[in-house]
Amino acid sequence: MSLELRDIHKHFGSVRANDGINLSVASGSLHGILGENGAGKSTLMKVLSGFYVADSGEISLDGEPVQLGSPDDAIRAGIGMLHQDPLVLLPMSVTDNFLLASPGSLRLDRKGTRAAISELRDRFGFTYDLDAPARTLTVGERQQVEITRLLWLGAKVLILDEPTTGISADQRYLLFATLRELAAEGMIVIFVSHKLEEVEEICENVTVMRRGRVVGEAEMPVPARELVTMMFGEPIDIANRSPVSLGDCALSLSGVTIEERLLSLRVPDLEVRAAEVIGVAGMEGSGQRAFLRGICGLTQVTSGTVSLAGNDVTRRSYRHHLDAGMHYLPAGRLEEGLVEGLTIAEHFILADRSRTGFLIDWDDADAEAKREIDEYSIKGTSLSPAEALSGGNQQRLLLAMLPDELDLLLMEHPTRGLDIESADWVWTQLLARREGGTAIIFASADLDELLRYSDRILVFFSGEVLAELQADATNVDEIGHLIGGRTAGTSVGGAG
Amino acid sequence: MTVRSGEDASGVRRAAIGVLPFVVALLFASVLVLLVGENPIEAFRLIIQGSLGSADKLSDTVMVWVPLTLAAAGLVVTFAAGLWNIGVEGQIVLGAIGASLIAREVSAPPYILIPLTLLFGALFGIAWALLAGVLKTKGKVNEIFGGLGLDFVASGVTLYLIIGPWARPGIASTSGTEPFPTAAWLPALGDTRFSPLAVGLTIVLVVVVWMLLRGTRYGLKLKAVGRNPQSAFLMGIPTNRYILGAFAICGALSGLAGAIQATGFHHKLVPSISGGYGFLGILVVLLAGFRAIWIAPIAAFFAVIAVGSITLTLRLDVDSALGAVITGILVLFALMASGLRSYRRRKRSLELPPDPEESTSTPTPARGGAS
Amino acid sequence: MEATLSTIIAAAAPLMFASLGETISEKSGVINLSLEGSLMLSALAGFAVAFSTNNTLAGFAAAAVVGATFALIVAFSSITLGLNQVAVGFVLAILGVALASFLGGSYTGRPGGEVAVPPLNIPLLADIPFVGPVLFQHNIVVYASLLVVIVAWVFMFRTRPGLVLQGIGERPEATHSRGIKVNRLRYTYTIVGGALVGIGGAAFTLDAKLGWSFQHTRNFGWIALAIVIFGGWHPLRVAAGVLLFGFLQWLALDLQNVFPDLTQVLPIMPFVLMIFALVLVNADWLREWADRHPRWGNLIRGDAPSAIGTQFSAE
Repeated sequence: MSLELRDIHKHFGSVRANDGINLSVASGSLHGILGENGAGKSTLMKVLSGFYVADSGEISLDGEPVQLGSPDDAIRAGIGMLHQDPLVLLPMSVTDNFLLASPGSLRLDRKGTRAAISELRDRFGFTYDLDAPARTLTVGERQQVEITRLLWLGAKVLILDEPTTGISADQRYLLFATLRELAAEGMIVIFVSHKLEEVEEICENVTVMRRGRVVGEAEMPVPARELVTMMFGEPIDIANRSPVSLGDCALSLSGVTIEERLLSLRVPDLEVRAAEVIGVAGMEGSGQRAFLRGICGLTQVTSGTVSLAGNDVTRRSYRHHLDAGMHYLPAGRLEEGLVEGLTIAEHFILADRSRTGFLIDWDDADAEAKREIDEYSIKGTSLSPAEALSGGNQQRLLLAMLPDELDLLLMEHPTRGLDIESADWVWTQLLARREGGTAIIFASADLDELLRYSDRILVFFSGEVLAELQADATNVDEIGHLIGGRTAGTSVGGAG
Repeated sequence: MTVRSGEDASGVRRAAIGVLPFVVALLFASVLVLLVGENPIEAFRLIIQGSLGSADKLSDTVMVWVPLTLAAAGLVVTFAAGLWNIGVEGQIVLGAIGASLIAREVSAPPYILIPLTLLFGALFGIAWALLAGVLKTKGKVNEIFGGLGLDFVASGVTLYLIIGPWARPGIASTSGTEPFPTAAWLPALGDTRFSPLAVGLTIVLVVVVWMLLRGTRYGLKLKAVGRNPQSAFLMGIPTNRYILGAFAICGALSGLAGAIQATGFHHKLVPSISGGYGFLGILVVLLAGFRAIWIAPIAAFFAVIAVGSITLTLRLDVDSALGAVITGILVLFALMASGLRSYRRRKRSLELPPDPEESTSTPTPARGGAS
Repeated sequence: MEATLSTIIAAAAPLMFASLGETISEKSGVINLSLEGSLMLSALAGFAVAFSTNNTLAGFAAAAVVGATFALIVAFSSITLGLNQVAVGFVLAILGVALASFLGGSYTGRPGGEVAVPPLNIPLLADIPFVGPVLFQHNIVVYASLLVVIVAWVFMFRTRPGLVLQGIGERPEATHSRGIKVNRLRYTYTIVGGALVGIGGAAFTLDAKLGWSFQHTRNFGWIALAIVIFGGWHPLRVAAGVLLFGFLQWLALDLQNVFPDLTQVLPIMPFVLMIFALVLVNADWLREWADRHPRWGNLIRGDAPSAIGTQFSAE
């Protein structure tokens, strides 16, 4: 069988997310779609899985044109998509996730289904529990659930959107082995990624996208340099860390335990010095968020002491932590960081905690906003509402809102979903802060990012800090294994 | 954004859509009046005449406008903080109780007594509103249901007072308490109920609310809390304190409304002392699109309808609920017309997200445990 | 004891329909806040139609249509127009009450003896000691109200469409990706829920409190909404909430003999207690306890459908 896309156009307002895409994939192949964030890969895959309807263009399977007006059509055509955030229903059991919207009679045959699924599951070596609520599964396991489910429904084309983010090394090996096996059986597997190494590792053919267009196709192997040039147009420089001498102790944790819902986190004693960058690795829900929120007083610290630049701030209010010189930037920029409906100027007024006058001087506020917009090159005016900004510009705004003097910055996923230019800009800013003496603790699912910018890396697994690594003495493999809970690493012993 | 030349045509259409709800409401009301066998034109004439036709009626209408406007002004503040303050009815009632307490128990010259009644009205309103606020911030009870519970309690307390401790000597009836001593009555013009003090106070307070939300840090922080409490909290705004603050402001204004109802309109405490102006105030604010400047004129229109339809009942065989039907239909269709506008805009540029102005200006309270 | 339980169950029928109807609607993600108005107007419509056609069934049908129409307006406003569900629901609640009091005047105090739902003992079962009088000596409306609970429960948790219902309220984009027409189903369930609310209205005026009066359903719409939260969006626990409320009402009535001074105040107390019961179910310590003891915890805690009150657009 074969899949063919001809001249696919998909516009969002004035944004041309897909601008005349042609793509053809033969059966039994592992086909990579490579491109940076915002290149239009996800849009194309959503068109292919019926989530979006293309403005124009034609899709055909085995030479027969197919109409994909809804996910229903795609499922019937045998196209299944694994979304980056696997679309499982968290409160439901795994079995019910399979049964949801599956064809069949009115009555639910949970027992029969369970038997059928467990057979399929075992074939690929997946080990998730069929009776557990999906919320207790790791992202990697949720992926496995979705892959099994799509195969169970009879998918012949499997699309995976950035499937390696936030999963452990073991889960990644298993995933890749599964994909190879499926391709060998004659399925079409489309692997969407912005990571060159992964595409190099697993794909036989690759299509490179940039700004909504296909800019290159190649049969692997191809020299990496060539792919980079296709992805970005011209080779780009990534902001690099210049050596900085570390200052005094900015943060010290001793005997800290943090409790959040059912998670109880014991943190090893830790000293972070001024200008030091600590990376926090781990699969989603392993305790990184509780760790960051505990440090800044958002989650209860049940024992031990947290001190910031020598001042004990344990169990003080979050606002006290802010006053003491730390700041927290959460993952959800629009959900937890900015306020929809308020303008950029209004955000700056709110962020400036030093001014307490009752009345607002709007002219002054406008001028201040314009100054910051210039300095941080935010694409927007002082009157643009926060939600009108792109993800990259939202992150710029958040960084611009930080106070000038900062001892410690806690940050979740600084560059998630950003294109390379914005991501690089974010790190330029963060590194400048570091040179000014700010200590940074950041959590990320991107192991390269952790390795590139951290001095030390804390690896979280299941509510514990499994290891503390020197960033220049470890590698992606080791961290990948550790976040999956394996301490006996396969790599060189760099763990401290 | 799209085509500049289309602006004029769409302006006309927008005006048409703006007027449409009024037309629909009047048509709907006409059909209802026809249904009960009366003449709609005559009914509308009587409504206008019954509310504006004489000095007496006009002053009654003004004295309905006062509490309605005060409650609505308070509600603009709670809405800004993202709260559905359904407890506003109870806050009005408690304001009336507070004022009645002073009016009954304290004897002093009017220039002391009257400010004191108003002050106690406001204080009782604040206390009742803060109770709903604490239920929300500490008890995690959605303010809609906490507020409803407190409304029930407030009406229970009023009934208890009227037939219990404050019953008229000899006859325990639900018609109300003994009238207050005249020293506690709001001074009025001639022998109407028109109180320049109440009207002046209302105008000043509406302007204050408008200023608060438009040009102050406090107002901006309230809006931030209302639109996204999580973000606001992480920015360092003490969200719970602001939520309680919004409740307190609304409580003060509604309490004042209740106090004026008791001392300026009924001159005693009656069971339905709130007059339903709390819920009606919510409709006013919805129709005003949560903007303070529109409150006063809309409340005036609502007051005309409300007072007019009461006198209507005396002349025609038409239930006084006609007024409530007209205002209800008006607000419903105004909401739907605004929805239709953003729907069409969305259709035009299909993939853009829903218009932020329309989709986010209405606070969606998280329900129950979902908070 | 028997008589008391039987009375409570019989009197609970209208609220049972309304609360279950709202549960279904909210489970699909749509809050129909109009209940206070739609319940009252459908109660009037049910009585008026039954009275003028002398046909009880026609009354129930008319009431269901009124309830469904209100639900349709909520669904259209929120799903299609993207308006805030709470705002539209609140306006409809006020409007429904106004319409009922405007249209209902001429029906106030009319006896409805001829259109009352006749009693119907279930053969054999009615003779079982204790259980018989409590459960099986009622009429078809009461049986139906209990049946609705069972059917809703089985439907939600034991059938394929029931899973989908949970899905569209929990994570619509995931359900959409499985090929389900989310918004079409939300319309359907909101309207079905509204029709049940309407039947609940008619159950007031044609059965539980025969005849029409403005006071008959007063505040019951709000209570139904509170009970849905109290019941954690689970049909059986919602039903338990309805019965608890019925018990409180019975208690308030009984206590009037004990405290004659409080005659005016006591009828309000069940509403108050019910709403403050919400404080309890949301209390932190109780939730924590439920987290730690999942077996028992699942009995007392219920989370709102994650996507409740939100809009879903396929693109």
